[in-house]
Amino acid sequence: MDLTYTPDEDDFRARLRRWLGEALPTLPPRPAAADWPGRRAYDTTWQRMLYDAGYAGLHWPRDAGGQGATPTQHLIFLEETERAGAPYVGANFVGLLHAGPTVAAEGTAHQRARWLPPILRGDEIWCQGFSEPDAGSDLAALRTRAVRDGDDYVVTGAKIWTSHAEVADWCELLVRTDPEAPKHRGISWLALPMDAPGVTVRPLRTLAGTTEFAEMFLDEVRVPARNRIGDENDGWRVTMVTLSFERGTAFVGEVVACRRVLAALARTARDNGRWDDAALRRRLGRLAAEFTALWRLTQWNVSEAQRTNGVPGTGGSVFKLRYSHARQELYDAAAEVLGAGALDADHEWVAARLSSLSYTIAAGTSQIQQNIVAERILGLPKGR
Amino acid sequence: MDFRLTDDQEALRAAARELLAGRFGRERLRAAVGDPALDRGLWRELGAAGFFALRLPEAAGGVGLGLPEAVLVCEEAGRALLPGPLVACHLLAGVVDGVADGERIVALADAAQGPGWWEHPDDCDELIMLEEPQGKPCGAYRTPAAEARAAAPPPPSSVDPLTPLAHLPGPSAPRTPLGAAVDVPRLRREAALLTAAQQLGSASRTVEDAVGHARTREQFGAPIGSFQAVKHLCAGMLVRAETARSAVYAAAVTESEQEVAAAKLLADEAAVRNARDCVQVHGGMGFTWEADVHLHLKRGWLRAESWGRAHVMEERLAAELLAG
Repeated sequence: MDLTYTPDEDDFRARLRRWLGEALPTLPPRPAAADWPGRRAYDTTWQRMLYDAGYAGLHWPRDAGGQGATPTQHLIFLEETERAGAPYVGANFVGLLHAGPTVAAEGTAHQRARWLPPILRGDEIWCQGFSEPDAGSDLAALRTRAVRDGDDYVVTGAKIWTSHAEVADWCELLVRTDPEAPKHRGISWLALPMDAPGVTVRPLRTLAGTTEFAEMFLDEVRVPARNRIGDENDGWRVTMVTLSFERGTAFVGEVVACRRVLAALARTARDNGRWDDAALRRRLGRLAAEFTALWRLTQWNVSEAQRTNGVPGTGGSVFKLRYSHARQELYDAAAEVLGAGALDADHEWVAARLSSLSYTIAAGTSQIQQNIVAERILGLPKGR
Repeated sequence: MDFRLTDDQEALRAAARELLAGRFGRERLRAAVGDPALDRGLWRELGAAGFFALRLPEAAGGVGLGLPEAVLVCEEAGRALLPGPLVACHLLAGVVDGVADGERIVALADAAQGPGWWEHPDDCDELIMLEEPQGKPCGAYRTPAAEARAAAPPPPSSVDPLTPLAHLPGPSAPRTPLGAAVDVPRLRREAALLTAAQQLGSASRTVEDAVGHARTREQFGAPIGSFQAVKHLCAGMLVRAETARSAVYAAAVTESEQEVAAAKLLADEAAVRNARDCVQVHGGMGFTWEADVHLHLKRGWLRAESWGRAHVMEERLAAELLAG
């Protein structure tokens, strides 16, 4: 049980802090929430700055163009960038956290050379075409068809919850290439160019009022067969190799941010008189314990990942279950602090309260996470 | 940074688990339900194994280990439902003669902030109270057990069958200062942390018991653990235990007041709620005296009242939010 950092890790942190101090003031102003092209430009500008400074793909292996950093260095990076108020991974999320690692792990040399450097440089943005209207938690039930025709696949179907679809260059697309095979064995992974004829994107307005996601309709879209990562019909395995990356460290910065929000809630409550309410104080005190523990749980999971060469373990599911719930509790407490102010949709805590509802649904609902914990960690029998 | 247990820590934990399984297994536990008197032979064995002298310097006959190791030992004791003032004897080894090797058994109670009772009054030789008696400075005071018992109202019937209780003595009981070497805030902090460690052990054990039952108990032609309703109860139990584990282990490393408060709060919650869910998974049998799970629940309630109840810890953490 060692929570101290090595001299090398301290040095890494100090250099990063120095660089952040110099780099952040040169960033352009943040674009408005609804300005998607502006957000893409902002996020890719930041990614290019990271690339030039040698921080792009920190946790990617070196032979994929990454920095081969240890999980602990990655943790420090996420902690420090959040503390410094640096931009979040934003539009680069799918490229850096899932599509890129998948291409790195399963792609050919040619495929890696084609797709990885533009992700690291911030030149190309990826989105994710996994879920479908009838394939959510039961992802393997997906029905988007890809029929081989010469050197191409001809793809027809519909995808949903595709973040950044409007501004993405590529989509990591799961398609059914063998409708006769058992559902997990007839799926392939394709890199779909978003400008291909037949791709239609329709933004979806969320409960939070924003257009975070889109629906994507594919009408006989031709995708070159060389864009397939891994073997035909092996796409489920290809996808699962890196799916847990999404849950591994995706929320490190957010835990740091939540602790800051919690302190701000306490100060606001003191200033508006609600601090006199013992029930509210106790609620905030409990949340302080919660986020302290979540930060330590993150360090625990990172320490575990260190042992497995960076592959996140099932601890990610434990973390996600607890964190997604705690985040909702945090912003519900914020509403109590704000009182009638909680009805002002423009208040950042109110916006965060609304968007917090997605946390127990996205990237595997809490119910699916509980199945994962019960079956893969506790060894309970698979259900019917 | 490597938050995982070291190989030595893993070995210590395994040794403590083995010793407790051998000397305080299920049969002994069941027997203690009917007769909760402490086994002095067992207590001496725990002393010989270093449970109490764990953190005393080797030069003083101790084991020379640190708070994380003490947490692991207490966690194992919590798993095994070991009765008796383990935390008190660990904290007072080296302070009160004879405690380190298990010859003397002492109880420790916080008269100022605690629940107003002490455990195993008939088995302890002495009661040590953290208090501020009238006209005396705040500190640790010792009272012989018989005199402490005589100066208190009749004892309550304890909810935990393995932990007899007595009320703290009134002002008529004699009190001798324990000595200047006692750091009261530190005693309180460490007592809270080690109690949290016991809660953590209990919380982990009830996950295992619930899962074990869910795997083997069949209804509707299938193990009940294959039903999502039961699965999700078990998954929730693991999430509570592992979250508490992170908090408890981190507090053992940092020894910060806030992290100890967080650890106690989350470990209390994990122990009590896991025990309740374990009862639920066991169904009708869980509600009987036949299953052991009620012992986890009752001990969990008892510990939750000691060394920092939820409202105290929550207020402390809240105050820190404004200070930070």
